[in-house]
Amino acid sequence: MSAPARTRRSPARPPRSADALNRPALRIGPASWPWRPRAALVCLAVTVLLAAAFLRALVAFDSADVGLAEVTAVLLGGGDPGQRFIVWELRMPRALTGALVGAALGLSGAILQSVARNPLASPDTLGIGWGAAIGAVAVIVLGGSAGGVSGAAAQFGVPAGAIAGGLAAALAVFGLSWRSGVHSNRLLLVGIAVSLTCANLVYWLMTWTDLDSAARAQTWVTGSLHAADWDRAGAAAVTLAVLIPAALAAGRALGALGLGDDAARGLGVRVDAARLVLLAVSALLVCVATSAAGPINFVALAAPQIAMRLCRAAQPPPAASMLLGGALTLVADQLAAGLFAPTQLPVGVFTAVLGAPYLMYLIVLRHREARL
Amino acid sequence: MTTSATAPPRAPGAAAAAPAAAPRLRRRLAGLVLLLAVLALCAVLSVAVGSRAIAPAEVWRTLLAPDGGEASTIVHALRLPRTLLGVVVGAALGVAGVLMQSHTRNPIADPSLLGVAYGAACAVVLSVFLLGLTDLSAYVWSAIGGALAASVAVFAIASGGSRGPTPMTLLLAGAAMTALLSAITSAVVLLDERSLEVYRFWRVGSLSGRPAGVTDQILPFIAAGLVLAAAGARGMNALALGDDVATALGHRVRLIRASGVAAIALLAGASVAATGPIGFVGLVAPHAARAVTGPDHRWLVPYAALCGAALVLAADVAGRVVRGSGEVEVGIVLAVLGGPFFIALVRRKRLVEL
Repeated sequence: MSAPARTRRSPARPPRSADALNRPALRIGPASWPWRPRAALVCLAVTVLLAAAFLRALVAFDSADVGLAEVTAVLLGGGDPGQRFIVWELRMPRALTGALVGAALGLSGAILQSVARNPLASPDTLGIGWGAAIGAVAVIVLGGSAGGVSGAAAQFGVPAGAIAGGLAAALAVFGLSWRSGVHSNRLLLVGIAVSLTCANLVYWLMTWTDLDSAARAQTWVTGSLHAADWDRAGAAAVTLAVLIPAALAAGRALGALGLGDDAARGLGVRVDAARLVLLAVSALLVCVATSAAGPINFVALAAPQIAMRLCRAAQPPPAASMLLGGALTLVADQLAAGLFAPTQLPVGVFTAVLGAPYLMYLIVLRHREARL
Repeated sequence: MTTSATAPPRAPGAAAAAPAAAPRLRRRLAGLVLLLAVLALCAVLSVAVGSRAIAPAEVWRTLLAPDGGEASTIVHALRLPRTLLGVVVGAALGVAGVLMQSHTRNPIADPSLLGVAYGAACAVVLSVFLLGLTDLSAYVWSAIGGALAASVAVFAIASGGSRGPTPMTLLLAGAAMTALLSAITSAVVLLDERSLEVYRFWRVGSLSGRPAGVTDQILPFIAAGLVLAAAGARGMNALALGDDVATALGHRVRLIRASGVAAIALLAGASVAATGPIGFVGLVAPHAARAVTGPDHRWLVPYAALCGAALVLAADVAGRVVRGSGEVEVGIVLAVLGGPFFIALVRRKRLVEL
């Protein structure tokens, strides 16, 4: 990755050196951000989309006679107990898990792609998601044979297993691709090998157990939101409530890192520490997302790239990628559930069918630029 | 000027090369005999070892004189067909790996890594779903067609613009293709119970539980593929020098390439139709073979066939032994062992700079 500033094929941009100098800044205490109207507008629009998708998710997945008006009433505190139960206990966990998981994946993908400076880097191609799946399935399978996973084991054991597995996979990928520095292409090759190995270890683990645990493990492997409940949504929400602000705060270093290590040092960024923190946070985000819903493919790959093009930014913007990831996951879940009704396809299947061609398109595009 | 200057030292070198060829030939022949011995050992183990313990003497006796007893049934109806299938599929995958690596000039090509195997699997599931085919002799054709389509598509995507494909783009395109095709496959399976019955074997390759006579049904296709590969060995040696040089030497480059692609589709498609995608054989076997034979395809192809067969049988036996009851599918064993091999390859080669 020694190449200097990249030439992206973006729409023609006016020369804006003067424009950039006059740009007002947003200052809160010691922190400041450049004020980018377009990025703010995109974030607003995506937030509206996310809210709409979330509201739609609250009426989408079952046939109970609780429509949009009733849902709105329940959300505002009204409704009868039956309606409150349906909305809060049945529908809310799935919608919330979808939004949170998608947001975590989008944010994590934005950070990984910026740090690796490669649009093809994502938790899918780096094997972190499958590493997390190993951890989660190991807890289900080994805990299952000791008397069924429930309560504390399901609420804390599965996320803990996923985090341990995902971090181990991330460490393995980075360690194995280290040869006097991490070359981002070698990183991707090793990542693909690690994810293949991890996927097969998951299949192996699933043969260790009885049918019941295997069926439960299967939901992790396909990446679905069917089985979302408050146990999972709650655990994910609590961890993400810590991780997302941490990631957004650490993400402030991304702009400087994008200028190259030397320039970033000159701007006062502790390069190695910042990169380590960013990688750790993005790996943790993927682990939490995977423990809640299994490996949902390609959201982390596509959301940052789309957000980057929408914002016309040089790097995947973290906040917009996060919001877009949530919106995309919710929309994909509803499409996957509705397209072949009454059979509800897992959301992971649907994101893969849409995302894989997008990855192919990116490969062709990168190749044309003679950068791969 | 330069030619006349270099000519004198070269002449004795060429003279010395003639006697040097004899030990190399001897070494290659010895290697071939050794490989045959290893394959025979693996085949013996594959017949003798299983979850149902049968004494070796008993196995030997029933092998020579089937008596219709339980041990005899297990050996003749389960273990022998399984061993045969392993040999055929392993040889096919090993040779398919050689062909893919040579034609793409890429040391990390493998039918399952580049999505070709999943093309075959997806085509089979789709033909079960759409056309209602249930017989292997019917859907082996769609498997071969799927393998062909997937390999052409992956190669086209990886080639992208004007430059040829690099290992990096090929592998990424293969990963994307694999993700797409397995997602389509699982969607079809979720929508249609009948396809699930067929598909259960396709997620991870397995030699066990296949219908009787499956080896006979795929044998013609695999034999055709092996013959094509053997016939193209000389041409692939020339292609290694570059397309222009091969043309100048009188080889028909397009014909060699077309027959290579056809052979890959036949070998990969037929073996996937029989066992499901078994990964990493096509990666490991050619590299192991090349370590002994060097780049000469006339030796590389038979070596890789034997290596692949031995590898699949060994992995199958390992999968039977590793747990007391039940067994681990051969595809899983090979993927878990092949992943580290692949990483070592990526670390060793100056691959990423290609």
